[in-house]
Amino acid sequence: MEAPSESVLRFESVTVRFDEVTAVDNVSLDVSRGQTCIFFGAAGSGKSVLMKAAMGLVPLASGRVYLFDEDITDLPEEDLFEVRSRVGMAFQESALFDSMTIAQNVAYPLLNQPSINAKPDDARARVKEALEFVELGGTLDKFPSELSGGMRRRAAIARAVATKPPLLLYDSPTAGLDPITAETIMALIIKERDLENTTALVITHRYQDGNLVANFRYNSDNGTLELQHHGTSKEAKSTRFLVMRDGRLIFNGNQDEIEASEDPYIRKFVKHPD
Amino acid sequence: MLDFLKGPIEAIQDFFILFGNTVRGFVKGPRYWDDVLIQMDNIGVGSFWITSMTGFFSGAVMALQMGFALAQYGQTGRTGQVVSIILVRELGPALTAIMVAGRNSSGIASELGSMKVTEQIDAMRALGTDPIHKLVAPRMIATAAMLPALTVIADFIGMFGGFIIGYFIYALPPAQYWSTTWKALVWRDVAEGLLKPFIFSFVVSLVGCYYGLRTTGGTQGVGRATTQAVVTASVLIFVLTFFITKIFVGTAPH
Repeated sequence: MEAPSESVLRFESVTVRFDEVTAVDNVSLDVSRGQTCIFFGAAGSGKSVLMKAAMGLVPLASGRVYLFDEDITDLPEEDLFEVRSRVGMAFQESALFDSMTIAQNVAYPLLNQPSINAKPDDARARVKEALEFVELGGTLDKFPSELSGGMRRRAAIARAVATKPPLLLYDSPTAGLDPITAETIMALIIKERDLENTTALVITHRYQDGNLVANFRYNSDNGTLELQHHGTSKEAKSTRFLVMRDGRLIFNGNQDEIEASEDPYIRKFVKHPD
Repeated sequence: MLDFLKGPIEAIQDFFILFGNTVRGFVKGPRYWDDVLIQMDNIGVGSFWITSMTGFFSGAVMALQMGFALAQYGQTGRTGQVVSIILVRELGPALTAIMVAGRNSSGIASELGSMKVTEQIDAMRALGTDPIHKLVAPRMIATAAMLPALTVIADFIGMFGGFIIGYFIYALPPAQYWSTTWKALVWRDVAEGLLKPFIFSFVVSLVGCYYGLRTTGGTQGVGRATTQAVVTASVLIFVLTFFITKIFVGTAPH
């Protein structure tokens, strides 16, 4: 059904600099359709910047970015909106617009993406659907400040998935959340992957997040996550583990490979299941 | 050798690039008229009381000083004339712009700065809108429309403040005060009094946007951006008022 070789996102020797600081240093990466890439790395190792580079939100010092096989490196801002409409991003601190209700926030990409430009009535139905997906159906008219941190993250995910984009970028969706809420968020990410067959990049500090993505599948019949056979399932094969350090991509492999790594920096992110 | 000039020159260049992009963005569209109206309400209606109070008391204090000074030459009757000329040409535009800068340049810088540090600006770009179109242009258009209007209102209220002092303290007959006030003004004064707030409006709105959009460094950065916006806007208003006045004085018919 799916063609695993189809490239959704490709970085070719991407370098990003802010003044004198090199945030991303010569990163090359190819993400195929259906893959989920789990990024680990210390704060300031360039994970978020790399994610923003994928959408053309930060200027590159050198290298090229291909999104859906289209070179977006030198596209002007107006033309980037077209490609960005096929990417959903959930930002680190949710980045919901304070002055708008949750419904307006989720409707924002539907009404404002030039290539989508939904009618308000269609948008409203889709907003309800997206909010019900993240189990926030009752918060339509609330403002972001009235929600808890975990609810804001879920609302941000609803906003990212509202346009049903084939590629999703999750910047630290579980950072700073309690384990229960964090697992709810990860369940949503897995649910989105399994129901919509999306490609995703996920930044996290928690090894168990990657473990969940690699070994669990969403069961739409009872709405729970189910454990798959370790190592052989489709989930395990489509889940990549990546580690960044000081702007460089120092590891790219599957779960078995990252668990076998002897590198002390990488080992810090890996919690070995006993 | 001239390295110390690099920063300010770069800032001026970036400022004009922002101005150019905003104008181009507004001409090309999409235009967000809802946001323009919200900003007109915020900047115009919201600043009404502080600019009116400033206008009233600057007119009153000028009448107080002038009435006293002119009395030494037996010319107290000219108080209204002096008040209206200084208000319409200089103090009305400058003080109104300073008050609006204090209120709105800071407000704009802190709002956009907070949006920047919480990634809302990036989110806006990711979700299909250009922050220049959506945030900067409406603020620029709204200020350009409202600041001249606020200035005209402040000028009138200032004249009224002068009248209160002239009538109650220097016992000027109302008809004399208002006729000298009115006759003192020529069209050139009105043009100067409207051109200034129009030019200042770009300083007030764009300086706020400029510092807001380049905020870095969390909440501390927002505070810094806000302070810089108010200081820069206020100083620029005084510098510009000098040069615009110089042009009008230099080209005045004899």
